Amino acid sequence: MSEQRPNNNSRLVIKLMAVVLGMFGFGFALVPLYDVFCDITGINGKTNPYAATYDVQDVDTSRTIMVEFITRTNTGMPWEFEARTKRIAVHPGELKTVQFYARNPTTRDIVGQAIPSVSPGTAALYLNKTECFCFNQQPLQAGQDVLMPMQFYVDPQIPEDIEVFTLSYTLYDVTGTSSTVAMNRG
Amino acid sequence: MSNAAEHLHHDEHHDHKPAGIMRWLNTTNHKDIGTLYLWFAFIMFLIGGAMAMVIRAELFQPGLQLVDPNFFNQMTTVHGLIMVFGAVMPAFTGLANWMVPLMIGAPDMALPRMNNWSFWILPFAFLILLSSLFLEGGGPNFGWTFYAPLSTTYSNDSTALFVFSVHIMGASSIMGAINVIVTIFNMRAPGMTWMKMPLFVWTWLITAFLLIAVMPVLAGAVTMVLTDKFFGTSFFDAAGGGDPVLFQHIFWFFGHPEVYIMILPAFGIISQIVPTFSRKPLFGYASMVYATASIALLSFIVWAHHMFTTGMPVAAELFFMFATMLISVPTGVKVFNWVATMWRGAISFEIPMLFALAFIVLFTIGGFSGLMLAITPVDFQYHDTYFVVAHFHYVLVTGAIFSIMAAVYYWLPKWCGKMYDETLAKWHFWCSLISVNLLFFPMHFVGLAGMPRRIPDYALQFADFNKWISIGGFAFGLSQLIFLALLIKASRKQGEPATDQVWEGAQGLEWEIPSPAPYHTFETPPMVK
Amino acid sequence: MGRGVITALFATLLTSGVVAEPSQLNLRRGVTDISAQVYDLHMTIFYICVVIGIVVFGAMLYAMVFHRKSRGVKPANFHESVRVEVAWTVVPFIILIGMAIPAASTLIDMEDASQADVTVLVTGSQWKWHYKYMDRDVEYYSVLATQPEQIANKFNKGENYLLEVDRPLVIPTDKKVRFLVTSDDVIHSWWVPDFAVKKDANPGFINEAWAKVNEPGIYRGQCAELCGKDHGFMPVVVIAKEPADYEAWITEQEGIQRKAKEEEQKLLAMNMEMDELMEVGARVYQSACAACHMPNGEGLPGVFPALKGSAIATGEMTKHIDVVVNGVSGTAMQAFGKQLSLKELAAVITYERNAWGNNTGDTVQAKDVNALMTGK
Repeated sequence: MSEQRPNNNSRLVIKLMAVVLGMFGFGFALVPLYDVFCDITGINGKTNPYAATYDVQDVDTSRTIMVEFITRTNTGMPWEFEARTKRIAVHPGELKTVQFYARNPTTRDIVGQAIPSVSPGTAALYLNKTECFCFNQQPLQAGQDVLMPMQFYVDPQIPEDIEVFTLSYTLYDVTGTSSTVAMNRG
Repeated sequence: MSNAAEHLHHDEHHDHKPAGIMRWLNTTNHKDIGTLYLWFAFIMFLIGGAMAMVIRAELFQPGLQLVDPNFFNQMTTVHGLIMVFGAVMPAFTGLANWMVPLMIGAPDMALPRMNNWSFWILPFAFLILLSSLFLEGGGPNFGWTFYAPLSTTYSNDSTALFVFSVHIMGASSIMGAINVIVTIFNMRAPGMTWMKMPLFVWTWLITAFLLIAVMPVLAGAVTMVLTDKFFGTSFFDAAGGGDPVLFQHIFWFFGHPEVYIMILPAFGIISQIVPTFSRKPLFGYASMVYATASIALLSFIVWAHHMFTTGMPVAAELFFMFATMLISVPTGVKVFNWVATMWRGAISFEIPMLFALAFIVLFTIGGFSGLMLAITPVDFQYHDTYFVVAHFHYVLVTGAIFSIMAAVYYWLPKWCGKMYDETLAKWHFWCSLISVNLLFFPMHFVGLAGMPRRIPDYALQFADFNKWISIGGFAFGLSQLIFLALLIKASRKQGEPATDQVWEGAQGLEWEIPSPAPYHTFETPPMVK
Repeated sequence: MGRGVITALFATLLTSGVVAEPSQLNLRRGVTDISAQVYDLHMTIFYICVVIGIVVFGAMLYAMVFHRKSRGVKPANFHESVRVEVAWTVVPFIILIGMAIPAASTLIDMEDASQADVTVLVTGSQWKWHYKYMDRDVEYYSVLATQPEQIANKFNKGENYLLEVDRPLVIPTDKKVRFLVTSDDVIHSWWVPDFAVKKDANPGFINEAWAKVNEPGIYRGQCAELCGKDHGFMPVVVIAKEPADYEAWITEQEGIQRKAKEEEQKLLAMNMEMDELMEVGARVYQSACAACHMPNGEGLPGVFPALKGSAIATGEMTKHIDVVVNGVSGTAMQAFGKQLSLKELAAVITYERNAWGNNTGDTVQAKDVNALMTGK
């Protein structure tokens, strides 16, 4: 038995090292897994980063949902940024468009990226954006301003208890970092 | 139980070891490495304790007296890191090194060369961490949980050193864990079947699996912090499509099993000591093994109970609340089994038993506050207050550390061949017991009354309790100097000679070899019937 | 041992009339229906724990007293009993279910922030809170009001030491107030114990919580998530007023804030003298900048940069204004354009360019700051 030990040992060590490497990989795999998890559960109110297609025929006029918009700029982002519509009442399934205004008051060109967040988080699962400025980066030249549309509808499957939800956009200055950063969220 | 005694004479011929410092640097002997780990852990315990003294001195009264808030944050951070990775974990690894081969009748650990490495990289890890405190801007100041973006965008450059040192600590733990697993799998004496293994071996085996499962995740987390801070990635930065809450999910996926890494071996130790001094076999051996395994498995699905306030859907909060509450079932089984072991035994109260009894009661109090913390709606009130601080110190100090002390008193006569100094030991126990409760019990009150954790200064209503807490803290710190004196005495081989069995009720292979344990043991495997 | 005794003592202390309000020992009942539910839940679970503790520690104590070797007892040898093992697995499980049901129902109530009457956006930043009423034109910052001398033990500490702010949040009683919580930099946590509301402020994301306060009063809390150096110095103070008083207050505030903006625009043409700028600037610097850059302008080496002799504070003026107004992304430097008035910004920049031997001799006027902010 003792002669076999070194062999046994190295085989077991290799297996255990494989577990270690696997778990190291799993740590990184948690990053995309977390996104999947968020998509399912609505943690942090992340919205879908890709444009949805509008395929709802039945508008549920028996219900009205109030959608509020909040705009914020992050530290170091000098743009003016506001929602032209602060709140809007929609029927589930109804397609609506709202406008956001941004202006770069500085003397330099800046690339902005808006990050959405919905509260309560579960509402994010039923918010479908067919068109949004947050899907892409927004470059604005010095002094330039822009009116940015956002088109969305609320899935009629939205739970009865959600009557109002808030969509916030935080605008970040991503000038210069845009090439190195993966834009995987809209 | 075995015929180990027949081989003792044979063993003694080999009992010559190299002298001087090279013995310790090059050693591959499990007993030497165990000793190194234990001394290292004790030194780290004193250093981490000194930092706790700085914290308690600053909090002795309201206002800022001794340190500035930035240094205070470094103290809380490094205190946590040192106690978790430098004191508790290496102490358990040291005990595993010493005792696992002796308990399963193996001549040494399976991978002695790696064993040497896994110890000797550890001092460097802590040298790096401690030296970062002396850099301009200081060391890590974002809490031992290093939440992003405080540890990424908003931290100083010493974060690189922090990340590097955590990597080394992780590597050390992983090597130690692999060694334990391979030793237990391949080196058990003939007849030492799985369900005959002492519980300390069982709990360590399960702990080792937890270690190799989650330490790599921690390594991943610190790597992401490093690349976010220095290499422009955006794992945790919303601007680049990341999410700071993701960090907490990854960290606690490591962090919660980590909590059990620090308590499962303690369960094993208590399960060795209570039967010995009750002179009665452990009640429910099999259920102890299953309870340990189920605690370990459950520990992977409860992590988000550390994050209830981050904003989760109700369904997730309910799931993590229920899963967390469930953990109290196997934990309760353990406590009940220990009490049942004592029931109708013939109990005597030697020092290891005193520590073990203190463990059972105080750990259970920590368990009660843990159950309270599991209840999500109430956790919103408890979260990040001193109630949490009280909870995890009951679990880790009067839990993990008391169990380590119990283990040291229990096995010290086997290691040194001499009984410990009874008077010093009694002083150490009673001073520690009283001061530790003065230190941590009032923290429940200030926490419930609304004192947040990790603050260098507090509102006046918390002043009275904080004074008592600090006094308890200083007393507990000083009490450990008694332990230091006792350990120095023991390592100089002073004291009454110990018998081979040491304790009247002791059972197991480790008590069948001479005291002190010879340098080489079980070179011919004993037969376990 | 007798730790059971201490637990029991704990219980008596809590229930006896010894403890006057606000409790120094226990969770407070608070002033909302939810906080009362939370308190009851807390006490229920605490009592269950006490009972379990008495049973377990009692059995243990009994064994320690009566099954001592020194009494000459002979140890029994039983070490297994499936029936007992099953019992103490199942019974705790049933107790847990008993706890989980009320906990779940309270939780579901807490998380339902719909149909709010008032919505406030709460934004944390290092180390202050910002409140914005979503339905009204009122927003402001709320910072610690305790004097630095009290913290440094030079003055006596006041009654609400570290729990007082310059401008508390004001909300109406008997109305459902929804808090949307977010952050500008690191993670903070907005906590008012009397409302049983604690919600993390995550940068880039919003969270929500709500409270319906039953009694008018002043309620104090603190930031509950480690957020850097002055984490211990960003309290939350909320004043709950009767709806009519609240309405009067918020209408008044709207008027004041509108007027201040108009005044500011009118004053653009006016130039201030160096002395006045320096005087105002020194005051603003102490309240807004000194926490990081230190009162002597030397910063904290390795953590917060010095302004004394710095390239920005002695270099090109527009760059300096840009940094102060917009902040620097990826650093702890905040955007003060939102926090200070044009006059205050002009004054503090002037101060930074001339204090501590930075003697650039530059004066910055409100219109310079306005020009940079609006690009006009």
